[in-house]
Amino acid sequence: MELQIKTKGEICILSVQEPRIDAAVALEFKEAVRQGTEDAPEEVILDLTQVTFIDSSGLGAIVATMKHLAPSRQLLLAGLSPAVEKVFQLTRMDSVFRIFLTLEEALSAKCE
Amino acid sequence: MQNVSETSRESGKTPQAGLLAPFDVHVQSGPKAVRTALLEIINGLGPLKLDVEETSTLELVLAEALNNVVEHAYTEPNAAGEIHISLRHRRDGLHVQICDWGNPMPDGVVPLGQLAALDGDVIDLPEGGFGWFLIRDLAKDVVYKRIGAKNQLRLRIAVAYRQGI
Repeated sequence: MELQIKTKGEICILSVQEPRIDAAVALEFKEAVRQGTEDAPEEVILDLTQVTFIDSSGLGAIVATMKHLAPSRQLLLAGLSPAVEKVFQLTRMDSVFRIFLTLEEALSAKCE
Repeated sequence: MQNVSETSRESGKTPQAGLLAPFDVHVQSGPKAVRTALLEIINGLGPLKLDVEETSTLELVLAEALNNVVEHAYTEPNAAGEIHISLRHRRDGLHVQICDWGNPMPDGVVPLGQLAALDGDVIDLPEGGFGWFLIRDLAKDVVYKRIGAKNQLRLRIAVAYRQGI
């Protein structure tokens, strides 16, 4: 699971470099994010711009990530494609996460 | 002579106008099985020209159903069993049948798939249990049967009926 990790001031940006977060890579994803956020600041943005498909295992892995970061750090989601957003909406997980249309929007919301 | 021609007409069922010819996909269970099957299925449905919404619904439902087979039906030492998927396009949608020869569904029925409450602490949020909820929410006529050593899951996904396939 390839992740690009950037830190901009007080914000850590994790960009997933693969098109699918599904059962085949869910464990790998959790582990990669865990390692990538070891020294992360308070705000972590998961950039899903390149992800076109997630299944329930992928969703579970993202929820697990949020729980792992809590309570000291917050996970924000950005760049959800319609198919990915649908999984969050159907499971009502969109009410639990702060979700931004694009990475830019997430960043500007944090910098205000 | 008449009997022979009757029989051949029966077996050579030509699909009705506007309907995709039936097709089957067979894969062997394993870590890559679901991706392989989904790719083949979506390619096979190409002529239907499904829109993005229909494709994502179909992909999600089938991914969840197939993940269940890989994770729960085929456990060691039977982890590489056969999975047969048949797809039949009818006027009321796409009828999918998934068969495997692994462990039966617990209690012999399809799980209810209810969502856990999301109003508690972050730390109490559920990390699983979404699969059957998604299948039941997005698919119609979900029916499970254990037939001898076989699990058979049938479901229907509403896709628009298109003229001129």
